This record gives sequence, structure tokens and C-alpha cells, in this order.
Amino acid sequence: MSANAPALERLRFENISMQFPTDRGPLEVVHEVSLSIRAGEFVSLVGPSGCGKTTLMNMAAGFVKPTRGSVTLDGKAIAGPGPDRGVMFQEYGVFPWLTVEENVAFGLRLKANRKPAKERAEIVERYLKLMRLWDFRKAYPKTLSGGMRQRLALARAYAVNPDFLLMDEPFGALDAQTRSAMHDLLLDILGAEGKTVMLITHSVEEAVYLSNRVVVISARPSRVRSVVEVPFPYPRHHALQETPEFNELRASVHELVMREYAAQEAQRTTED
Amino acid sequence: MVRNSASRYAASIGLTIAPFATLVILWWLLRLTGLINPGLLPSPLQVARTFWSTLTGGELLINIAMSVVRVLGGLLLGTAAAVPVGFLIGWYRPVGRLLDPLINFFRALPPIALIPLVIVYLGIGEIAKIAILFYASFFAAVIVMYEGMAAISPIYVRVARTLGATDFEIFARVMVPLTVPHMLVALRVALGVCWATLVAAELVAAQQGLGAMIQNASAFFDLNTIYLGIICIGALALLMDTILRRLTTRIVGWQEKIER
Repeated sequence: MSANAPALERLRFENISMQFPTDRGPLEVVHEVSLSIRAGEFVSLVGPSGCGKTTLMNMAAGFVKPTRGSVTLDGKAIAGPGPDRGVMFQEYGVFPWLTVEENVAFGLRLKANRKPAKERAEIVERYLKLMRLWDFRKAYPKTLSGGMRQRLALARAYAVNPDFLLMDEPFGALDAQTRSAMHDLLLDILGAEGKTVMLITHSVEEAVYLSNRVVVISARPSRVRSVVEVPFPYPRHHALQETPEFNELRASVHELVMREYAAQEAQRTTED
Repeated sequence: MVRNSASRYAASIGLTIAPFATLVILWWLLRLTGLINPGLLPSPLQVARTFWSTLTGGELLINIAMSVVRVLGGLLLGTAAAVPVGFLIGWYRPVGRLLDPLINFFRALPPIALIPLVIVYLGIGEIAKIAILFYASFFAAVIVMYEGMAAISPIYVRVARTLGATDFEIFARVMVPLTVPHMLVALRVALGVCWATLVAAELVAAQQGLGAMIQNASAFFDLNTIYLGIICIGALALLMDTILRRLTTRIVGWQEKIER
């Protein structure tokens, strides 16, 4: 999270293009995107929905490969998903057949990051307490609220200690208060553990509040429209959102994003 | 109002029994009115007497045991085979596409239609009955398994992969637990099909079993025994289904919605 000292480049999208076959011929969802994320950086991608942000995240996670260009992590092409990149999905994907504590322990029982029982219990306890889920450790996810499930998914991703976090609209389904509490919790944890984050979001406010850099993605096909540096130092607190500087920056990013929404609307009208 | 668990339990039993009690009273009233020739409709009391005499005579228990053993044998063998096959075609989509029409063809075929053929090949022994029940439960169960697996959200597999799971770990720690509810549903569906098929098989070719008991009684116009046989089949099927349902609640209580 430190802004000083030129940090190591970790994730690199190099001239990425992505096409999907459709009935009306190939559909280009991503067009020549180049972007790199440095160690310890928090980078958000904002833009209209359906613009291929999730595709970019799926590439970083290793679920899909670009049609053209390359995605590398620490200089090596990404071959598939792995525990070095924790992924937070929009729909959380909390395992319903496991209790809260078993969910967090899931990754620690896998061969890739197996830990002895004692250490596993310590890790589970630490993240459950951090996410304020300790009292619910024996419960099944069906009894949890949306915010609690989200925290559980975060605890599970954290438990295997990935140094890179990929988050796809993780706070989208939460109410405003929970969302705001989750932002602060995330900042606290990141401050303590120093991880690199790529966040996909609809919320400009969220992007500006959390990130070092906000990348505005264009309407389909996705291009990098602009990259906005966020100068506010960490640790950040809620009060930041009330300052004129914050609001000014938020407004200007909002303006950029709205332009892309307008472009997308225009696109839709011509398509129909 | 605060109710303790004992009274709630009693109320639950009462609610279960009440509809059956009403049915028996209606049956009894129907006989009292004389709308139906009393020779064609035995009274509940007569059936109860037949129940007691065949029970103490031992033949009812033998018939019940024969039928239950056949149902359980066919059911367990059929679902045991259906689980791996369901897995296989649910997991390897190309295999599924290849086998899907075949499975649907055999499933659409009522097992009862095969009874004459089975008699030709396997005679009227126990093997013939188990074979027909195996067929019935296998196709009922395999389709439930397969469709259940197809409905499993890919998100869990993706999450497991990002946490570092290998293919085998995904199978053992994600697919298997997610399939257990479908196995239980498959078992319940197959159980219903098995009872229907068994009675038909016993009606056609058996010396013992509830179906045979009904068939023999019909030859002597023994309506009491026919009624008794029908009630026994219903009660046993209901009992087995209730046990499976309880088991389902216990084993897969984690589900958001439990199928009832």
C-alpha cells in the first residue's frame, strides 16, 4: 500500500484483446488493453456493466485466456487458477454444506496449502474474529446475512494467504452501511498485511475511497479510457469521504464513467 | 403462547394421524349407509380382524418381509449403480450427451412392461424380481442424479480452484457433498417406483409377498385380505419415505430449502 519507492510490477496485461463467438459473428469484449499493477497497489476498474471488466478479472484469475496478448504474473504467463491469487466472486460462493469455520478451513486442508491441525485452527480463529464471525463458527451459511456471507468469503480467501486479491463487485449486493463497514475492514486488513488488490466495481465512490489508482474502462469493447491516480495517503478513514478534495476527485471520475455509460446507451440503440 | 416440545410433538403426531382417522371413519360411515353392497365393502373392523389373525398366524409378516426385502434389495442395488453412472454422465458432458437419449428411452419404458420378458429370461424366482426392481430404480435414480448434477452451480468449483484444489480434491470435497442431496432425492424417487413395480411383479408371478397375497385373495374373493394388503403396501411405502425424509433433514440440513 505504500506509494513511495518504485514497487515491483506484479500483474501485467499486455495488449489484451478478447472475442467471443456469437450468432452474429465474433463479439469483441476487450480491445487492446494494457495495464499493470505493482506490488502493494490497490487498483480499481470502473465502467459500464457488460464492458468486459469481469473478463479481465477472469484472465487474471486464470479462468480464461485472451484471444490476443498476454497476461503475466511476476513475468510468468498465467496458466490457471491458483492459491497465490485469492478471488472474491460477486456471488461469494460460500460452501453451503460446510459450517462457517469449515468454510474458512477449506483451503487449508487442500494439498496446495495444507497446514497442521493446530496451525489451521489458529488461522481460522484469527480470520473469523477479524471478520466478526467467531460467534457463528458452528453455523451453516444458510443462516447468515449477505454481509456475513461476504465476510466469510473474504475470510476463506484470506486464510490461504494469497498476496494478490482479485475482487469482482464483492460489495455490490450489500446495503450501504454494511458496505461501508466492509470497506473499512478491508482497509484495516490490507494495512496490516500488505496485499496487492485488483477490484472491479460499479461504485466510483468505493473505487476512489479504496484505491491507489482508478482505471476507467470504456463501453464495449473494453479499452482503458483513463487512469486516475488517487493521492490520498493510507490509512484512510471515513472522514475522507466528506472532504472537498475527495468529492472533487470522485466527481471527475464519475464524469468520465458517465461518458462511457452514455456511449454504451448509444451503442445499444444502434444495435437494437 | 409458549408450548413445550412434548406437547408440540403430541400435536404433530395428532396432525399426522387425524387425516387417516377421518378416512377410516368415512369408510365406516359409507358402509353403515349401505350405499355400497356390504358384500363388496368390508368394514374397517373386519379388516382389522383379518390383520390380527394373519399377523398372529405369521403369514402376514412373511409376506411383508418378502416384499420389503425385495424392495430394499432392488432399490439399493439400483441406486448404488445409478450414483457412479450419474456422476460419470454429469461430470463428463460428452458422455452425457451420448447416453442421454438412451437413458431417456429406457426410463420412459414402464418397468412393468418388461415383466413378461423377464419371466421368459429369468423365470419367476427372486433374481427375476430383483432384476426388474434394479431396472426400475436404476433409471429413476440415474436421471435424478444426472439432472441434479447438471444444476450444480459452477461457482463452487471455481472457488475451490482459486483456493488451490486439484481435480481429485474438487471431486471429493465439492462434487460429492453437493451430490448427496440429489442422491437422497434419487433414493426417494426410486423408492416410489420400486413399490409400484414390485406389487405388479408379485401380482404376476410370486408365491409370497404383499402383491401375491392380494392376488391369491382375489382368487377367493377375500376382500378383507385385499384391503389389508393394499393398506399394508401404503403404510410401508409411507413409512420408508418418512424415514428417508428424516434422514434427508439430518444429513443435508445445510440446504437452503429442503425438498419435502
